[in-house]
Amino acid sequence: MTREILNARRLLCPLPVIRTQDKVKQMQTGDQLEVICTDPGVMQDIPTWCRINGHTVLELLSGDHEYTVILEVGGA
Amino acid sequence: MNKQRKAVALISGGLDSMLAARTIQEQGIHVEGINFFTGFCVEGHTHAIREKDKAKPKRNNSLWVAEQLGIKLHIVDVIEEYKNVLLNPKHGYGQHMNPCLDCKIFMVNKAKQWIAENDFDFIITGEVMGQRPMSQRKATMPIVAKESGADDLLLRPLCAKNLPATLPEREGWVDREKLHSITGRSRKPQITMAKEFGIDEYSQPAGGCCFLTDKYYSAKLVDLWKARDSREYELDDVMLLKVGRHIRPQAHYKMIIAREEGEGRFLHGYKKDYVSMTCVSHQGPLVLIDGTIAAEDLYLAASITARYGQGRDAEQVEVNIVYQDGAERTLHVKPMLEQDMPKAWFI
Ligand code: SF4
Repeated sequence: MTREILNARRLLCPLPVIRTQDKVKQMQTGDQLEVICTDPGVMQDIPTWCRINGHTVLELLSGDHEYTVILEVGGA
Repeated sequence: MNKQRKAVALISGGLDSMLAARTIQEQGIHVEGINFFTGFCVEGHTHAIREKDKAKPKRNNSLWVAEQLGIKLHIVDVIEEYKNVLLNPKHGYGQHMNPCLDCKIFMVNKAKQWIAENDFDFIITGEVMGQRPMSQRKATMPIVAKESGADDLLLRPLCAKNLPATLPEREGWVDREKLHSITGRSRKPQITMAKEFGIDEYSQPAGGCCFLTDKYYSAKLVDLWKARDSREYELDDVMLLKVGRHIRPQAHYKMIIAREEGEGRFLHGYKKDYVSMTCVSHQGPLVLIDGTIAAEDLYLAASITARYGQGRDAEQVEVNIVYQDGAERTLHVKPMLEQDMPKAWFI
């Protein structure tokens, strides 16, 4: 299991979702990805994207105009 | 055993593409969604920027639709490739800077590439004949199919019965009889169909799926091109056109003035790339200067900056100017009066 960080600061939705999607494609089932964003829309959009594509949100963190989503990559 | 056929549906987030996908799902076809991000899409953006919109968080309708349908959604970044569509539309523009027909052709073509790469069988869209004046007319339906290269792999479930049978129909992958024959601008058939499917919540964008159908946005885009004497643009330009008040007091520069806190925070992210101004003696918005501002223009720009702050009625205010390299300068100016600002300055 590896854990990676994706910097999606300054990007507005849906770009953080697109970057997450493209990153997850290169990862393996069980890997974790921490996506750091400044658009609060990701708190809704990334979890939705995860649900429809079979990934799991482990944690949603918000603070000081930054929003972090930690997810675990699901099977294809 | 029959092969499980697979279709990719162009999902815009509106009702029509949702119904089209659902119609095909009902026939036992495996459907996945695809959504193209051109940079001009209405989804997200300004809602995310403006403070006042934060109370009601905006969902991304394409993702929401995909979840309602229980399908995967692939969002594709086409920002770079889309430039050519916007700058050189073979079929021209719609009412504003929207190259709808070329845009449709482009997207269906991208979907065609996608099905080839992902071993899918055909493409579906929510197009309805006669629905949109430019891109969804009887005459344009075959143009989209032909020029995108999708030909008869492109199925429009909502109006298929008005069109020649496509490959999925001829091969019996889908039953043509169960497809629809909707025409025209009335939304009634779609609303009835939504009810039948038990879909009671959906979004119905009025204009179109992107900012290019917006009169004011298009005017700002054209102004930008004219001022730069070039139609090149980057994603940041496209974003900044959605934010703030845009004022061009002189041909060689434009001022982008935050209208509220959320916009101010967003513009703050661009401070290193632009000359910026803020009133320091009174509360006031962050202002970015796009273009090249000469020393002799600073006083005018500073007095406009002052006009949008709390000190607008003061005799004199202090405006701080920050350059891209961090150098600063302060000017004392009299805020400009509303009546002294010509309408032509407002883009
Ligand atoms: S409204 Fe915008 S995204 Fe929709 S077809 Fe027209 S140009 Fe394309």
